[in-house]
Amino acid sequence: MTVTPNVRLIGLFAVLALAIALPFFVGGYRVFQFTMVLDYAIAVFGANILTGYNGQIALGNGAFYAIGAYTVAILMNHSGLPYWATLPIAAAICFVAGFLFGLPALRLEGPYLALATFALAVATPQLLKFHGIEKWTGGVQGILLDKPDAPFAAINSDQWLYLFCLIVTVIMFVLGYNLLRGRTGRAIVAIRDHPMAASSMGIDTSLYKSLTFGVSAMFTGIAGALGALATQFVSPDSFTLFLSISFIVGVVVGGVATVSGAFFGAIFIEFVPPFADQISKAAPWAIYGVLLIFCVYAMPTGVAGLFRLLGRMIFRRQPPSSSEISPARLTP
Amino acid sequence: MPDGITNNTGPLLAIRGISVRFGGIVALNDVSFEIERGQICGLIGPNGAGKTTLFNCLSRLYEPQTGTITFDGHELLSQPRHRMAGLGIGRTFQNLALFRTMTVRHNIMVGGHSTTRGGFIANALRLPIVAREEARLVERTNALIETLDLGAVADTPIQGLPFGTQKRVELARALACEPKLLLLDEPAGGLNSEEVEKLRALILMVRERYGLTVLLVEHHMNLVMRVSDKVVALDFGRKIADGTPEEVRNAPDVIRAYLGADA
Repeated sequence: MTVTPNVRLIGLFAVLALAIALPFFVGGYRVFQFTMVLDYAIAVFGANILTGYNGQIALGNGAFYAIGAYTVAILMNHSGLPYWATLPIAAAICFVAGFLFGLPALRLEGPYLALATFALAVATPQLLKFHGIEKWTGGVQGILLDKPDAPFAAINSDQWLYLFCLIVTVIMFVLGYNLLRGRTGRAIVAIRDHPMAASSMGIDTSLYKSLTFGVSAMFTGIAGALGALATQFVSPDSFTLFLSISFIVGVVVGGVATVSGAFFGAIFIEFVPPFADQISKAAPWAIYGVLLIFCVYAMPTGVAGLFRLLGRMIFRRQPPSSSEISPARLTP
Repeated sequence: MPDGITNNTGPLLAIRGISVRFGGIVALNDVSFEIERGQICGLIGPNGAGKTTLFNCLSRLYEPQTGTITFDGHELLSQPRHRMAGLGIGRTFQNLALFRTMTVRHNIMVGGHSTTRGGFIANALRLPIVAREEARLVERTNALIETLDLGAVADTPIQGLPFGTQKRVELARALACEPKLLLLDEPAGGLNSEEVEKLRALILMVRERYGLTVLLVEHHMNLVMRVSDKVVALDFGRKIADGTPEEVRNAPDVIRAYLGADA
């Protein structure tokens, strides 16, 4: 969206106002679906920071989503902490887990890193069923969670959960946007474009790549935590390989290396499978596949890239604003 | 000399007994020379003489088997690669190594990475120090854009810019770390004679303006001889001459290396 900062700011506030009003105009199940959209948007943004901006292709973020979800579920059931207080703990655990996984991953490039993270995603559901930790994880059965109560009588608990997720989403996107627009963001992208030149410019590429891995895991973990609150249930089979792949699908459909793209990607993840199911009960995934291929061909820089292009045509403003990183394509 | 203390006397760069071997091939064999502060030093030699290898030792891309490199009181070989820019060594690359999806402005700002400090947390929270650093960096970047005549393309992504323009962006990016020593790897490569003339003026101008010492690897003999205060010649990984352009031009070993044994 390359329009003047003022127009952008007004647009942003309009979208935010709509987002706040949304749960009061749609019915119960829709509120849940939009809660999941916010939740996936954080996860897609997390995957985009690592894969889109930093160029480390990650197929295993579902593992961090699971860690975030289980952290919240276990803490709520065993420690008596209120639901909101479990989020920072889930964030910290996922950051450390991501950072530590990022250290050995430093030696791996492109498809090799993709495979290592794929291995993580494949292993996660079964590791969660491990007997030794069944006391906390509930084994195959998983854990049931209580739905957080609304703090005001005027709204129901579904609406409150949506608004709570909206607050967390806004915080995470402000933090992520700040991280990407300045010194750190330029370094993260420089490493993607030319790692050797980046280190010659004084960037500690190993540290940056590990930290970026940690940040990505943290975003994904917070998304997992909110997802657990929204579904009120965690079990090993909620965190399949398909979930991990979905985040990358969200990144590509929304727009690689874009901030707003995360929301479009999240809408795709949440709404396209049931939509495909409506069109064909027999082959919903074939429909899903066709829609995915259509998106990739019709919008090579994602939905966000398309909007940016349209904005540029309408406002006739050629150069992107200086704090903006242009959308990119994945290059393994 | 302990780290962090600047030695203002003596040469800025002292290379002593550097040898680099790749398997059985000796790329550099016991090479030693010094560069004084403010000098422009040309490094010449036929293809495969070891010029770029020496350059890559200076930016810590290659690890020499023997020898020491002292820069401004620091033992370079005990420092990691990403510390070079912070110590004051800026460089350009023989085959452009720009960040291709980023704009000219952002490329130059990445060059200034080592002059700023804000880390992940400070940036995510956009602490006041980050905004201050950013404002200073933007100011210096604008000055470099003006100096190197990049104003018209400042907000254009690198991809698709003409080769000569990209070379100027690389120079601006190298200058953004506020270097004491500027390493230029074949800056005249691919330029026509008019552009080479402009390049010569540019090198002299930035040396003057930023108080730089310059080490220049170059095939373009005319440029090297007319811009350098001192020339070092390599052949098959050995130093064969070291002196003023006049002395090196007339050294028998140099004539032999360039024109063959019978010349």
